[in-house]
Amino acid sequence: MINFQSVSKIYNSHSTALQDVSFDVKPREFVSLTGRSGAGKSTVIKLLIGEDKPTKGRIFFGQYEVNKLKDKDLPAFRRHIGVIFQDFRLLPTKTAYENIAFALEVSGRAQSEIQELVPQVLDMVGLSDRAKNFPNELSGGERQRVAIARAMIHRPEVIIADEPTGNLDPLNTYEIIKLLEKINELGTTVVLATHDKNVINSLEKRVITLDRGRVIRDEEKGKYILV
Amino acid sequence: MFTILSRIIHYGFKNFWRSGSLATATVAIMILASLVFAGLILFGFVSDQAAASIQDKIDISVYFKTNTSEDQVLNVKQSLESLSEVKSVEYISRDRALEVFRAAHKEDSVISQGINELNVNPLEASLNIKARRPDQYAAIVEYLNSPNLVSYIDSISYSKNQAVIDRLGGIVNNVKRGGLALTLLLGLIAGLVVFNTIRLAIYSNREEIGIMRVVGASNALVRGPLVIQGIIAGVLAAVFSLIIATPIVYFISPQLKVFIPGLEVFQYFYTHLAAIFLYQLIFAVGIGAFSSFVAVRRFLKN
Repeated sequence: MINFQSVSKIYNSHSTALQDVSFDVKPREFVSLTGRSGAGKSTVIKLLIGEDKPTKGRIFFGQYEVNKLKDKDLPAFRRHIGVIFQDFRLLPTKTAYENIAFALEVSGRAQSEIQELVPQVLDMVGLSDRAKNFPNELSGGERQRVAIARAMIHRPEVIIADEPTGNLDPLNTYEIIKLLEKINELGTTVVLATHDKNVINSLEKRVITLDRGRVIRDEEKGKYILV
Repeated sequence: MFTILSRIIHYGFKNFWRSGSLATATVAIMILASLVFAGLILFGFVSDQAAASIQDKIDISVYFKTNTSEDQVLNVKQSLESLSEVKSVEYISRDRALEVFRAAHKEDSVISQGINELNVNPLEASLNIKARRPDQYAAIVEYLNSPNLVSYIDSISYSKNQAVIDRLGGIVNNVKRGGLALTLLLGLIAGLVVFNTIRLAIYSNREEIGIMRVVGASNALVRGPLVIQGIIAGVLAAVFSLIIATPIVYFISPQLKVFIPGLEVFQYFYTHLAAIFLYQLIFAVGIGAFSSFVAVRRFLKN
């Protein structure tokens, strides 16, 4: 489903973010990307969603060759994925309900369908009573649950989460990871970038470890080991 | 297509309403720019009137020899009226000239008596000619000096007044040219101020634009609502600037009349209210929509 083929990202001679990175992600897999800050996790995510282009190598996502996508093709491509960020990235002028609905609206779904699906997803993430609140009226954990609801509502093939628990306390972290596991159990591929040792170890799923832009370990049921 | 379009309009209105202070600041700047624009329209009218009032004071008179018949003078009048340079020709017959002369000097008994003692009317028939533009008098005079006309003509006032006519013509041209240059310059500045305001407003929304792009919003869905917001701001600016301009023009109009007699700025404003509003609307909406459209472009990459 996702295929990185000898991907390098070099900003300049002093700054190499990724070097010759290759890996595959199969459908329905739950893969964690880990490594120290600056190891290249976020660069992998940026390249995967087409926010940046690799210097060398090819990136495939389903039928798309992501590194060759033009700006105008990106919106349609991104509707196949759901993305969750550490800083939530919710639209501040939209309510929780509207933020989630927006993911369906961009793909031109009917209003009736939106009115049916959004309450279901809000219920799934436990935020039915917060539907009309704006992001600045929600706690960090609630905001991240809205972001997850937005990422999953259009039933994407894969959910990509970049340090989704970085700004959360242990309880909220646990809840967010449980949600991601649940989404994965329902059949969605999950790629999780995190440097949270406890999260990685509790998952007991595949772990790809990056260090200074290279893949140093790729293990089924991996653990958080940096050296 | 219809769903996306209706969503673009819906987002545009909702975002405008929710952006509160930022939208208010944008509209305020656009009101100022629209007021400048309305001021420029009125300035154009005032400078046209000033130029016309100067121009109206310029004319030349052709005096015909006393032995020229009225028919011959009227033939010359007719031929002059057929010239494209000529705006109007007024015929003053010998009798009329005498009447005017008498009326002008009725207090002066010596002149009145002298005229009465003469058995013949010593005054000449004349044509009072106004050209469309001051620089056209030379061509008209040249026409009058043609061999078939020159024998009837005694004198032309142009040669005496040429320097004054040329100077006044120069003033008229400078007023018009200066007015146009000032209008273009101030219009450009007003446009740039609005453009920059909207650019800053959109710059402050750059993160939101990025979020929309990551969620998979098409360029039209990101850009469309911002253009709608620009249009809403433009419409509000046009309406409010007209509401503000009306009393200002009402109070300034009598002051301007002191400088240029017969100048009715408020009357002009009132009778052209719909047209002025339409121009302001086109200016404000155009600049609002264009600025939004252009300013968002750089954020639509990646």
